[in-house]
Amino acid sequence: MTRAVTSKGSGRKDQPDQRSEHARGPGIPFWQGLIRIKELSILLVTIAAGIYFSVTSVGFNSAENYQTIAQYLAPWAIIAAGQVMLLICAEIDLSAGFVFTLAPFILILFYNNGLPLFLALVGAVLMCTGIGVINGLIRTWLNIPSFITTLGMAFLLQGISLIISNGSPVSAPTDSWVVDVFGGSQWSELIWALVIVAVMQTILSATRFGVYTKATGGNLVGAAESGIRTKRVKIINFAVISTFAGFAGILQGIRVGSFDPTNGGFNTMFFAVAAAVIGGTTLLGGSGTVVGALLGALLLGIVYDGFNLTGVSANAFNVVLGIAILVAMTLNVYMTVLRKRISSPRRSV
Amino acid sequence: MTEQNGIQDVVRAEHVSKSFGPVNALEDINLSVRKGEVLGLIGDNGAGKSTLIKILTGFHQPDEGRLLFEGEPIELRSVTHARSLGIETVFQDLAMVNDLPVYLNLHLNAELVHKPLPFLRRREMKRRAREALDSIGIDIPSVTAEVGQLSGGQRQAIAVARSVYAEAKLLLLDEPLAAMGAKEGGLILRLLSELKERGDIAIILIAHNYSQVVDVCDRVNLLQHGKITFDKRSKDTSVAELLELVHAEYRLSDVP
Ligand SMILES: Nc1ncnc2c1ncn2[C@@H]1O[C@H](COP(=O)(O)OP(=O)(O)OP(=O)(O)O)[C@@H](O)[C@H]1O
Ligand SMILES: [Mg+2]
Repeated sequence: MTRAVTSKGSGRKDQPDQRSEHARGPGIPFWQGLIRIKELSILLVTIAAGIYFSVTSVGFNSAENYQTIAQYLAPWAIIAAGQVMLLICAEIDLSAGFVFTLAPFILILFYNNGLPLFLALVGAVLMCTGIGVINGLIRTWLNIPSFITTLGMAFLLQGISLIISNGSPVSAPTDSWVVDVFGGSQWSELIWALVIVAVMQTILSATRFGVYTKATGGNLVGAAESGIRTKRVKIINFAVISTFAGFAGILQGIRVGSFDPTNGGFNTMFFAVAAAVIGGTTLLGGSGTVVGALLGALLLGIVYDGFNLTGVSANAFNVVLGIAILVAMTLNVYMTVLRKRISSPRRSV
Repeated sequence: MTEQNGIQDVVRAEHVSKSFGPVNALEDINLSVRKGEVLGLIGDNGAGKSTLIKILTGFHQPDEGRLLFEGEPIELRSVTHARSLGIETVFQDLAMVNDLPVYLNLHLNAELVHKPLPFLRRREMKRRAREALDSIGIDIPSVTAEVGQLSGGQRQAIAVARSVYAEAKLLLLDEPLAAMGAKEGGLILRLLSELKERGDIAIILIAHNYSQVVDVCDRVNLLQHGKITFDKRSKDTSVAELLELVHAEYRLSDVP
């Protein structure tokens, strides 16, 4: 009907299918395609860091050390997997680190009251889900900014952890298949982290819920006008991160063999945020990837471990972490501009 | 649903009122639009046009009054509910997500998924997006481009394509031409005329360009301070009369 107007692009118009499926279009060089992969820069930095420490520190390339790195990164990656979703919603959860702290003590509570270990674990994780739902409800129905909501929740949970533990660690249960599966056996923490990252990345990039999450953070009003239930999307994502944080806390407690009320906290939470940010998630909402956060956690883990091996103090690590976050943020913004410039459509109107 | 001889109203609002706190955005609104009819809704900024559209599309619920859809009283619970009945909307702010590509915006909250595993059918959505855009004739370079990279007019075209392609019974267009160049605006107007001629859809169009309104609409309603103060067929009115009506108000209110 209105063909006359579209005839400008007639060469392409004849083959609409090809045009839409090969969206990158013909004639775009390979390296430009690579720049579009958001995670590439962080991956390169991670590899570089790995090579650097392989060369400078003797014990870096050993199965034992890989395991140490895995132990660092697993909790960060698991919490970050939830935090990325929430950051994409343009929200943040500052309480995740204290859910991490509290979860093992809820487990012990259930366990000491006669529940089998597995059910105690499930119950504890579900309680954490409930904490997330409460965060989400306060955020959406009372309209309190998530920063405030979850800050309050963080201190509340810290207090509860200290009270029910009397401020001292308890030893974790042993001698059960549950222990082996959930943190006890060698790589189980890492495997759980990889599974969670894979599942969340799939949900984010391949399901309607992923689209809703991006839409909610990218344009809250527009998403609502499209009929997306934005409050529900946010509540679910608050619930997801709390669930993961609690689960990660239990995994770590079981691996270490003791539940410690001074574990986790803001430190763990901010490492997860750092992993997300280094991995390319902005705090503005609308975009980010879980895989990026995993790479961010891996980078943090490698650097942390490398510094330990080479005898550099934890203080220096914080300097590096700070620089890494700033560089990652700057790079992220700059790469986005670059990527858009390269892929920007030739304006024909 | 039976054939309605083209006479029945697709949607009718009866005594609809809506307030936001102290602001009476709409007061006792009566409005209707028939199959095959294009109703123009004009009025100053803040008159309540968008609020009325948002009530008709289930985004707001009226404080008082009721809606009838195809003759039946109905309470629109949500935008999704309205959509399921065949009510499609181009919102004034377009409801676009800049971080998502064109094809996902075109399917926002109507994504196609596989069964039984509910993964997005990206390829099919891209194909349909291309088809929808081509059918309107607006040139969008790529359906995989992020919407944030497009111009204001292109974004509007996508929003229009999204609502038109959904095969609506009632199409609500809140200033769909605002950011469009003459050529694209003309295309959209032509599209509306085509839809009108097809005769199976009712359209409400909000626009500030009165000559466009008189051109494409069958009937014009004027909304002033939340009330409909004027309802005439386009052929019985003129741009001059509409301008006169709108300006008259200010001449009056200028008097101390
Ligand atoms: N969500 C809301 N909360 C509070 N007040 C609102 C809301 N939506 C609209 N209003 C008020 O209702 C009145 C009508 O607004 P509306 O957006 O319907 O006007 P409009 O006719 O579409 O104007 P424009 O031509 O500028 O788009 C205005 O006074 C506006 O401030
Ligand atoms: Mg408006």
